[in-house]
Amino acid sequence: MRALQIHGLTKTYGNGVQALKGIDLEVEEGEFCALLGPNGAGKTTAIGIMTSLVNKTAGSVAIFGHDIDQDVIGAKSCLGLVPQEINLNLFEKVQSIVVTQAGYYGIPRRQALERAERYLRELKLWDRRDDIARNLSGGMKRRLMIARALVHEPRLLILDEPTAGVDIEIRRSMWRFLRKINDQGTTIILTTHYLEEAESLCRHVAIIDEGRIIVNDPMSQVLRKLSVETLVFNLAEAVDGVAAIDGYAVRMIDPTTLEADVTSDRGVNGLFAALSERGLRVVSMRNKANRLEELFMRLVDSKEERGEHTAVAGR
Amino acid sequence: MTRIKQNLVALNTLVLKEYHRIVRIWVQTLVPPAITMSLYFVIFGNLIGSRIGQMDGFGYMQYIAPGLIMMSVITNSYGNVVSSFFGAKFARHIEEMLVSPMPESLILIGHVAGGVVRGLLVGLLVTLIALFFTDLTPVHPWITISVVLLTAVVFALAGFINAVFARKFDDISIIPTFVLTPLTYLGGVFYSISLLPEFWQKVSMANPILYMVNAFRFGILGVSDIPLGRAYLIIFAFIIGLYTLALTLLKRGTGTRE
Repeated sequence: MRALQIHGLTKTYGNGVQALKGIDLEVEEGEFCALLGPNGAGKTTAIGIMTSLVNKTAGSVAIFGHDIDQDVIGAKSCLGLVPQEINLNLFEKVQSIVVTQAGYYGIPRRQALERAERYLRELKLWDRRDDIARNLSGGMKRRLMIARALVHEPRLLILDEPTAGVDIEIRRSMWRFLRKINDQGTTIILTTHYLEEAESLCRHVAIIDEGRIIVNDPMSQVLRKLSVETLVFNLAEAVDGVAAIDGYAVRMIDPTTLEADVTSDRGVNGLFAALSERGLRVVSMRNKANRLEELFMRLVDSKEERGEHTAVAGR
Repeated sequence: MTRIKQNLVALNTLVLKEYHRIVRIWVQTLVPPAITMSLYFVIFGNLIGSRIGQMDGFGYMQYIAPGLIMMSVITNSYGNVVSSFFGAKFARHIEEMLVSPMPESLILIGHVAGGVVRGLLVGLLVTLIALFFTDLTPVHPWITISVVLLTAVVFALAGFINAVFARKFDDISIIPTFVLTPLTYLGGVFYSISLLPEFWQKVSMANPILYMVNAFRFGILGVSDIPLGRAYLIIFAFIIGLYTLALTLLKRGTGTRE
């Protein structure tokens, strides 16, 4: 079953800005899908339409088979949203926010209280349940929004930059939590500007740019498109320089750090062999940039080089 | 669980949330109208009223008491919905409701119920204060109750529509200041329109609040400047018109969805 089916989705705002130009996107049930794109690409507009917060101009959206035009109640019942902006009632208590949200989904109070306790404990907010939301830190507010979005146990959870501005420790604990609920069967769509996050969590990736889907493939397949990777090698001993290595662009960054561009057809073995021949011992190696980030930048940069960024009227 | 039961839970949740909001900020919601109305009773009813003498066969204090109760009901049922709904829009937690499967009609009814609850709570409070100054035994209790309830619904709906269109905090004070207050003061709260010249009597008949205040006064004192049937007709017409407009706006997403 498909968790999400979008066909020909178009959105033109009142000021003439065309945020979506006929996108098609399908997400399978149980998938963990990254929806990526630069600022203003149309991600939040697409999410707004899926969640009925934005009126679409044309096209169709179905959530687990419930078309938002024909059966919006059915579609909404399957959905949970963690929005980009903090949209909590800051004067309401933490537990009350979650219980009230459950009530809006028709969940009786006793059951809502049980679920609120479960999710607040899982997201380490139970001790703060009687605090008003205003007194929570930024990271806590984001976790509270996740608890609120999960209290009706949606089949599809949409997270719009849930870890923006959150420290690395909390971010990683949120990743663990999201993996867990995905393993339990919840389909997740995640937008983020931390591409390491997307690469680490998601099995499918869609990249949206200027209102169009430019990539929509499994993560492994997308990463294979990365024909050149830049690797950074830390050397055991300092060297003055390194002679050219056939087939690889190599440069010294400092006496113990070497950088090499490795194409996918050549692989890294030949480079290691050449370095050994030159008596260079490698202590460690890493990607210069996150692989998905590198691919993402190349996709966007190649469009800029072709001058395709001039197409959006009114921006 | 059936959809009807789910909707009842959702409606109950929203109404309780509105009620808790009213009670949580009681210093803003309940105390100010109580103080203002106490001052009205002391100054207009007691000090000035004692020199005015009788109005339609009643002491001035007794005559204005129903009008003052209605004035507080009107202001507070309107004010509650406009501030609650606009506040939710402004802070964007309105999205909690908009993403949920709760039908738009329930979002509207829930907010209106919140406005009615506050209007009636304040009305009750003002009635209790009035009892310190005058005797208020309703001549027609059911008319009294039905008119105050329906009037609270009318102004809660009007407050909702104001909140839908409001984009900034100024927008939620314009209508109460420049429309509601003048109409209330000129709506027969403090006087019988029979005191006015004929022309101004006719002008006053265009003021819907006049009908509500007089119908309520009829319920308590048994006197009215207007026919009771016409008052009910106007109240119901406003309820149907405002409800239809508010629901259409909400379904269309005016002021709530982009």
